[in-house]
Amino acid sequence: MNWLETLRTAADAVRSHRLRSLLTMLGIVIGISSVVLTVGLGLGAQDKVRSQIDALGSNLLIVSPGSSTGSSGVRGGFGSASSLTLADADAIADSTVAPDVAQVAPTTSSSSALAAGTTNWTSRIVGTTTTWPQVRARTLTSGRFFTAAELATGANVVVLGPDTASQLFSRGNPVGQTITADGTTLTVIGVLAESGATSTTSSEDDLAVVPITTAQRLSGATSTALASLYVEARSAGSLSAAYQEVNAALLTAHDVTSSSPDFSIATQDALLSTANSTNKTMTILLAGIAAISLLVGGIGVMNIMLVSVTERVREIGLRKALGATPSAIRRQFLIEASLLGVSGGVIGAVIGVVGAVILPSVINQPVSISAPAILAALGVALGLGVGFGVYPASRAARLTPIDALRSE
Amino acid sequence: MSTVLSAAPVRTIIDLAAVRKTYATGAIAVEALRGIDVRIAEGEYVAIIGPSGSGKSTLMHILGCLDVPTEGRYELAGRDVSDLAEAELAHIRNREIGFVFQQFNLLPDLTALRNVALPLVYAGVGTAEREQRALRALDRVGLSERAQHRPGELSGGQQQRVAVARALVTEPSMILADEPTGNLDSVASADVLALFRELHDAGRTVVLITHENDIAAQAERVITILDGEIRSSTSKSGDVRSGDLT
Ligand SMILES: Nc1ncnc2c1ncn2[C@@H]1O[C@H](COP(=O)(O)OP(=O)(O)OP(=O)(O)O)[C@@H](O)[C@H]1O
Ligand SMILES: [Mg+2]
Repeated sequence: MNWLETLRTAADAVRSHRLRSLLTMLGIVIGISSVVLTVGLGLGAQDKVRSQIDALGSNLLIVSPGSSTGSSGVRGGFGSASSLTLADADAIADSTVAPDVAQVAPTTSSSSALAAGTTNWTSRIVGTTTTWPQVRARTLTSGRFFTAAELATGANVVVLGPDTASQLFSRGNPVGQTITADGTTLTVIGVLAESGATSTTSSEDDLAVVPITTAQRLSGATSTALASLYVEARSAGSLSAAYQEVNAALLTAHDVTSSSPDFSIATQDALLSTANSTNKTMTILLAGIAAISLLVGGIGVMNIMLVSVTERVREIGLRKALGATPSAIRRQFLIEASLLGVSGGVIGAVIGVVGAVILPSVINQPVSISAPAILAALGVALGLGVGFGVYPASRAARLTPIDALRSE
Repeated sequence: MSTVLSAAPVRTIIDLAAVRKTYATGAIAVEALRGIDVRIAEGEYVAIIGPSGSGKSTLMHILGCLDVPTEGRYELAGRDVSDLAEAELAHIRNREIGFVFQQFNLLPDLTALRNVALPLVYAGVGTAEREQRALRALDRVGLSERAQHRPGELSGGQQQRVAVARALVTEPSMILADEPTGNLDSVASADVLALFRELHDAGRTVVLITHENDIAAQAERVITILDGEIRSSTSKSGDVRSGDLT
């Protein structure tokens, strides 16, 4: 009896007990679809974090006020005065102090009510310097960024984020129009392109960028407390050198020791791995649940196959009486079990893929469809069918023909 | 011109010596067969007759390698079956023996055609040839127009004839039929018996189990079995032999 024939016999058996076969597969269907979905969610979250962090700019170091060493949390920073100043930015930008630093963009950040005509919108006002677009890898869809002259004089100009622009000016080109921020009238000179990060990072697209001098005037602050300092290294290879230089320069400037810094420096990689480690824990947890449901599914297949062997003892006896060898019987039941496993796997994969397509619009989380994960899941389903089919199949093969024939 | 009158040596195909079969059901042991000695030559047509419970089916199951004797020796075509592996026995059942079971034993999910073709599946015959041969076998028992019916849609007699067709389909050298006419009217019964006669004439060994004398009379030799023992073995030629001498 060849394999194709055995497959046909097995398919007939699966088909003639349609409901039971479906119920048998259920565990595997649930297991495989949840594997496909959890892996998809995990990868989707990873992709999202990567694109968010990439959207910050390339070869980037982010210096924040306050220390985040150890478990003591953030020190300094938002207390009396921010630990980062424009002087720090100037120090780092000095090519003799930090030769591996290409550019520095200091930023301030504050929330402010903006108005264009009768339209109001609260947004984040970012004060910075002319290097900001390059360091943060941002481009403009229309207009221009502010110039060094405008920075020096603290001109009343503003570059709007795409979301801010569409909120304030629902139609028409905002460039050349004016808005008011905290009673000061600002002329819109440009609109930023979208940051490239996914929709949930609206803060990267909902902002109003002004010269840092203008920002100081708007907020009425006397000191220049920076929210963060974006530092672009010359290349990916010089990122760690730049890190050392910036760290050393700031330690000297602030006159603190490396054991108790009042600032912290993050790299994109560090941000990425922090974000991913949280994701990974979630993914592992979910995958563990999926694995357990696969195991339960496999046991379900074994259970039903054992029932099926008991129920079909007469059939087995007859087949043996007509010339089926023990190995032909074993093969028949093994293939039947594998067929249940694979069918369950295919149904599960289809449900998983459909879920991966539908889910993002429901939970607002990207879910990626990973071909290797689907193939692996199908392999696991086949393995479950074979693995849990071995015992029932060998029991069927061992039956003696006459005992099997005579049983009722 | 000389005529060589040497008759072809008659080969013994079935040789049972002191075969006993004991069923141990709980506390009571049932002795279904108590020392059967029987020889059947290749091409012989033998009827085994006896009352209900005398051990006829038990004997046939042993003859067909479906069951093994508790004691004694069974040689099939010169080979002791207790020496044969399960796979070899399966091969013998498939190629050499055609069974007609007392309870038909048809698979309810398969059509008559596929039931008949089942032994050919295990003989490795391709689909097209299988169907063709199964259809021919059904035709021989007059059931070709019922080929696509399932056993549940057939009468008892029709099911019995499907079982006969299944025994014929592999063209086995030996037919073992357990009450093959039990559910048939006299016309259908005569048809099946004519079929066995045809097979016998073609050189096949036929062992027919029955409890009716006029059906047993069709055979060349009638073996009477009573309480698991052979009472007599009567050949058509007339000589009566005591069973334990054969
Ligand atoms: N599996 C079994 N377990 C216990 N006893 C059995 C078993 N099979 C048969 N027997 C007993 O063995 C004896 C012979 O049974 P067998 O089926 O061979 O009779 P039979 O001659 O074919 O009868 P019938 O004409 O009714 O078919 C009976 O007494 C029966 O009860
Ligand atoms: Mg019987």
